[in-house]
Amino acid sequence: MNSLYYQKRLSRNIGDKFFTSLSVICALIAILPLIFLVTYILYKGGSQITPELFSLEPNPPGDDLDAGGINPALIGTLIITSIASIIAIPVGVGGGIYLAEYSKGGAFSRFIRFGVNVLAGVPSIIAGVFIYALIVSTKILFGSMYSGLAGGMALSILMLPTVIKTTDEGLKLVPNELRYASLGVGASMYTTILKVTLPSAFRSIATGVVLGIARAAGETAPLIFTALFSYYYITGFGDLFYEMGSLAVLIYNFALEPYDAQNKLAWAASFILVLSILSVNIFSRILAAFTEKTKRV
Amino acid sequence: MEEKLTLFKNRKRFGIEKNIDIIFKNTSLVLSSFVAIILLGIILVVFFQSFESFSRYGLKFLVTSEWNPVKDEYGAFTAIYGTLVTSFLSLLITIPLGVGTAIFITEDFVPKVVREIIGSFVELLAAIPSVVLGLWAIFVMEPFFRAFFVFLHNFFDWIPLFSTEPTGRNSLLAILILVVMLLPIVTAIARDSLNQVPKKLRNAAYGIGASRWKTIFSVILPAALSGIMAGVLLALGRAMGETMAVTMIIGNSNAFSWSLLSPGYTISSMLANQFGEADGSQVSSLFYAAFVLMILSLVVNIFAQWLVKKFSLKY
Repeated sequence: MNSLYYQKRLSRNIGDKFFTSLSVICALIAILPLIFLVTYILYKGGSQITPELFSLEPNPPGDDLDAGGINPALIGTLIITSIASIIAIPVGVGGGIYLAEYSKGGAFSRFIRFGVNVLAGVPSIIAGVFIYALIVSTKILFGSMYSGLAGGMALSILMLPTVIKTTDEGLKLVPNELRYASLGVGASMYTTILKVTLPSAFRSIATGVVLGIARAAGETAPLIFTALFSYYYITGFGDLFYEMGSLAVLIYNFALEPYDAQNKLAWAASFILVLSILSVNIFSRILAAFTEKTKRV
Repeated sequence: MEEKLTLFKNRKRFGIEKNIDIIFKNTSLVLSSFVAIILLGIILVVFFQSFESFSRYGLKFLVTSEWNPVKDEYGAFTAIYGTLVTSFLSLLITIPLGVGTAIFITEDFVPKVVREIIGSFVELLAAIPSVVLGLWAIFVMEPFFRAFFVFLHNFFDWIPLFSTEPTGRNSLLAILILVVMLLPIVTAIARDSLNQVPKKLRNAAYGIGASRWKTIFSVILPAALSGIMAGVLLALGRAMGETMAVTMIIGNSNAFSWSLLSPGYTISSMLANQFGEADGSQVSSLFYAAFVLMILSLVVNIFAQWLVKKFSLKY
């Protein structure tokens, strides 16, 4: 009689209700701690921010009440990430150009694409171990052992797969008609790539690269025995060849100190690191969504 | 591609332009082969550095847990066991939570805007550096769970996993912080693979009278399974290699214990802790441990890629 109406007591409807609430519970368990985590980091770190933080050196841990600032670590993170970008972006974009524009899907390009995925999965600490064996322990860089330069190289290994992948995928999205048109009016292959395909894929490549840089800025494991840490201001070019501090290593070192002042400094550094990484991420997401809407090609 | 190249070859050009073109192509070829060179370089360097320890201890290194720089005796069983236990147990918690959340995001329980906000929020969390999570774990998670651990020990101490008195940092905390790290990865990948299941499959299932969850369990999840599995394997690789958050919270002790409530070790936390001040044969033994870690994560990653290729959706 009533079989066309929704029946609450039917076992399938009860089962559906049960699983629906189960998935809602899963989502709540997953999301609530994450929200709590972010607000806690922003609140606890944000309350430690003072102007001196950006201008002072950190004081070595001790019974001093004043921990100083994080200036060398902040500058160090900028320098080390820049070194990594200077190495990884040209190599990655060049490699991506080969994969997307020149390769014909043969064994070599399949092997390289496979290698990119494998390299992306190599644990970050292994990159540190590798650079330690190759550069730090051999003192190959003008006799210097731990240095900002070595740290940058370790980070570049982690950035490289991201850059190649985004370049490859960004270039593949460029319609072939553009290439035909350019080649048809007599442009050579490199002019086509440099003047037509790369510029039209620029935004998607740039987004991916910026996200890769943001990720590298927070990496700690490759730096703890390549760049090590330093308490002192970075004064000149020569400091590249010596131990260099970074925000990530500062957080690691100072979180494990028993002194409250150092712990607070770690929270402040976390605030700056998380805030900059999150804002880069949000900004590039908005940019990507915007590009999607206004796509002309 | 083919016709483009034949067009290109039959064209007359100035010598310089031709040369630039060839140089450009070959430069990009060399740059792309850097990936392979670095990958092989990593494997070879780590292998040869570990050679001394490998020839001395052989496979015994993997099953003994003595780590004594004074006596020059090394075995990495505690660290290998810790790596495997923390990564597998954290995945065991993460998979149902992550897949459940992904289903919640892809079904229409709440308006689309809300779901999209939740989805992008979860993705943003994957960007938080692990060292910051470690800091949070030390100062927030450890005090929060202390009473719970005491409860676990008091009532379940007949289970070997909870048999020791909880004292501060321990393996269980490392597992929990790994769950926080892996959740965004598993959720994002599971959501993407669920979204890729064609809508007509769902409509067909509804059409023959399946309820919502019957459809999810018998149609949608099986169709998305390969993608979800690959995501889970990627997360497993990440969990094995994860260093900072685990190092900061696991307690770093080489004494072997079955209990999750006692301090433990993983390969990566051992590397992070000892590499800076090691010398002599300890360095070689650490490289040996690094080699084991690398092989583990390579196997997991390659298997994940194979899975994607083999079972990717064909509709």
